[in-house]
Amino acid sequence: MKRVKLVRNIWMKAAALVGLVMCVQTSMAAAQSPAKLKGDFGPPQGEPIHAVLTSPPNVPPAIHRKYPAKVIVDLEVVEKEMAISEGVKYMFWTFGGTVPGSFIRVRQGDTVEFHLKNNPNNKMPHNIDLHGVTGPGGGAASSFTAPGHESQFTFKALNEGIYVYHCATAPVGMHIANGMYGLILVEPPEGLSPVDHEYYVMQGDFYTSGKYREKGVQPFDMDKAIDERPTYVLFNGAEGSLTGDKALTAKTDEKIRLFVGNGGPNLVSSFHVIGAIFDKVRYEGGTHFQENVQTTLIPSGGAVMVEYKTKVPGSYVLVDHSIFRAFNKGALAIMKVDGPMKKDIYSGKELDSVYLGDRAQPNMASVSKATQAAASGTLTLQDQINAGRELFAGTCSVCHQANGAGLPGVFPPLAQSDFLNSDLHRAVGIPLHGLSGKVTVNGKEYESVMPPMSQLNDDEIANILTYVLNSWDNKGGRVDAAEVKAERARTVPAPAAGH
Amino acid sequence: MKPRCAISRWTWVLACCAGALAPIGNCAAAERAPAYIAIPSGSFASTLSNPSDNNSPVRVERFALRETPVTNGEFLSFVNAHPEWRRDRIPATFADASYLHHWASPSTPGPGQDDRPVISVSWFAAQAYCEAEQARLPTWYEWEYVAAASKTSPDARRDASWRAEILRWYGRTSEAPPATVGGTANFYGVKNMHGLVWEWVDDFNALLISADSRNQGDPDKLKFCGAGAISLQDRENYAVLMRVALLSSLQGADTTNNLGFRCARTLPDAK
Repeated sequence: MKRVKLVRNIWMKAAALVGLVMCVQTSMAAAQSPAKLKGDFGPPQGEPIHAVLTSPPNVPPAIHRKYPAKVIVDLEVVEKEMAISEGVKYMFWTFGGTVPGSFIRVRQGDTVEFHLKNNPNNKMPHNIDLHGVTGPGGGAASSFTAPGHESQFTFKALNEGIYVYHCATAPVGMHIANGMYGLILVEPPEGLSPVDHEYYVMQGDFYTSGKYREKGVQPFDMDKAIDERPTYVLFNGAEGSLTGDKALTAKTDEKIRLFVGNGGPNLVSSFHVIGAIFDKVRYEGGTHFQENVQTTLIPSGGAVMVEYKTKVPGSYVLVDHSIFRAFNKGALAIMKVDGPMKKDIYSGKELDSVYLGDRAQPNMASVSKATQAAASGTLTLQDQINAGRELFAGTCSVCHQANGAGLPGVFPPLAQSDFLNSDLHRAVGIPLHGLSGKVTVNGKEYESVMPPMSQLNDDEIANILTYVLNSWDNKGGRVDAAEVKAERARTVPAPAAGH
Repeated sequence: MKPRCAISRWTWVLACCAGALAPIGNCAAAERAPAYIAIPSGSFASTLSNPSDNNSPVRVERFALRETPVTNGEFLSFVNAHPEWRRDRIPATFADASYLHHWASPSTPGPGQDDRPVISVSWFAAQAYCEAEQARLPTWYEWEYVAAASKTSPDARRDASWRAEILRWYGRTSEAPPATVGGTANFYGVKNMHGLVWEWVDDFNALLISADSRNQGDPDKLKFCGAGAISLQDRENYAVLMRVALLSSLQGADTTNNLGFRCARTLPDAK
């Protein structure tokens, strides 16, 4: 017995020594080390499982599994043209046909067998870098895939948290700018705390050759991308993807968990929900949380988990609080909360909420109808008025007010305005070129600055003016797009030389 | 002055018929000998830098490049003459399962296909075709040199409209088959360098932007034979970079719905 023990002891020492030498010689030895890494719960058990992937804003159901499994993820890259805004098309490159890409949910310790498929009709090669992967490139080098091909690689999800994935094929920035990003959630073994709703929201910045809301197919603009001057900053890849009928929904007294990512490629997000305070934020999906947060920073290529309880019914606006992005580049979404009023917590009317509400639920159908009618030559006066009303509410009513009365001493009235009615031609030029300096309207002097509304196209300006002329006892009339076009083309005469 | 000095077709017909020496010579091809355009030698700054050579301009010797990409009709003649390259006979080593999958049958491209560029062909098949035409695949530098031209200039790479035209094609998916070959010739008299198909080059697997292009400066890159060509000299020239990226993603047996080829010939008086 003793001798056996001794021999074994010597053996073990020798083995340890060899092991040590191997360790020193090559890091490969680590792979054979019996000591488990944090988050490694051993080899996968049971039958392989096909991961449920969901399109935004949906999140796959919670995992209630008690053991590590082999999880197979099938993700297809699809290049497809989709609307980025009303009447504006863009060629997106997508993981799973949506921007952001399909949401992936696995359990910490799972062995993930990843299949990346590049649709045969795609033009470009693609790959995937998952920030939840431990290994060089996050899988990028192992998943570089030509159109019509498929790559496979396997990783163990060691760290829990919410992670961005994205394409890392050259030119990397362009692949990301075209929408190639999404989120993967690695759930802790005990799962996340139960909530009533989980939603998936991801911000991204987009660079088009045309201006914001300029109609038609808009190509990618590399110069703007390099200069970090986005045309659009969006939640879930399109203006209106989370507003109107597509708004996120909840009832009062429900627990909400938002998985909010930022694909970039350039901007960091100051994520904020107007009228809500986040009860908990897990910055970057980390283990510790912060409480009572108003605005949380989401870096490009990062993500957070946000939790809050709905208390007061109403429409809550999700914004990037770098606020021009919200109201001039599209970074705006809505969560609509239904339930009985709670006057003890909140009662009364907020001035801003009218503005936000108007923008929040655009009924742009009449605008599309007018655009189509104009194209086919069947545009009626009523079409123009209907479209103009919607556009006026979104663009002009902030200053001139919904009833056209303006604000005394600040914004001139449009209703029964002598300034407007006396010179229609001049009126066409104002939205195009802006107006500053002293003007007298209905006997009162105004001196403020209206910037050029350069985001509006000829049709839109014609419709707005037609609506204004036919509202609030103005004298009526009709402006057509050709008139606006002519005025736009006319160069503004240079001011007289002062010397 | 456009150097439109297309080589006399007869030169090649003669070469072919006299060429019992040529290993896979095939005089049937001579019946409709394709036009090759002589490209004058020159130097240019390649999109792929060459750090081992201080990023100096690349010299391209005089050579001849096919006026248009190889069409389905032309490829059919080749397959008929060399049936081992039919899609039902080709060994898997030389082409993947999608090889010529757009053809109606292994020996019929189908209606309307004859003048469209052949696509879904492997590098091996493209190389064999060019050999049968007493030619070879162009090198990347040769291809890039000719592709830098617009209609009026030999190097239009700073021309925003030239770039926009290339990107327009990238911005469309390929659900519909490619258009027919032909159309406007570039400065050299070569057609369809952009806007129709991706094209194989002889040294596609030496371009090697690595599979993860962000590893610039990684010491590991020297493991690879194309290490000298990894970093990109002009990052703004991404239109060309995207073509390099596509070629880098491929293996010799791969085929894709957008990938065709054209052949080149070394000219006798090239140094």
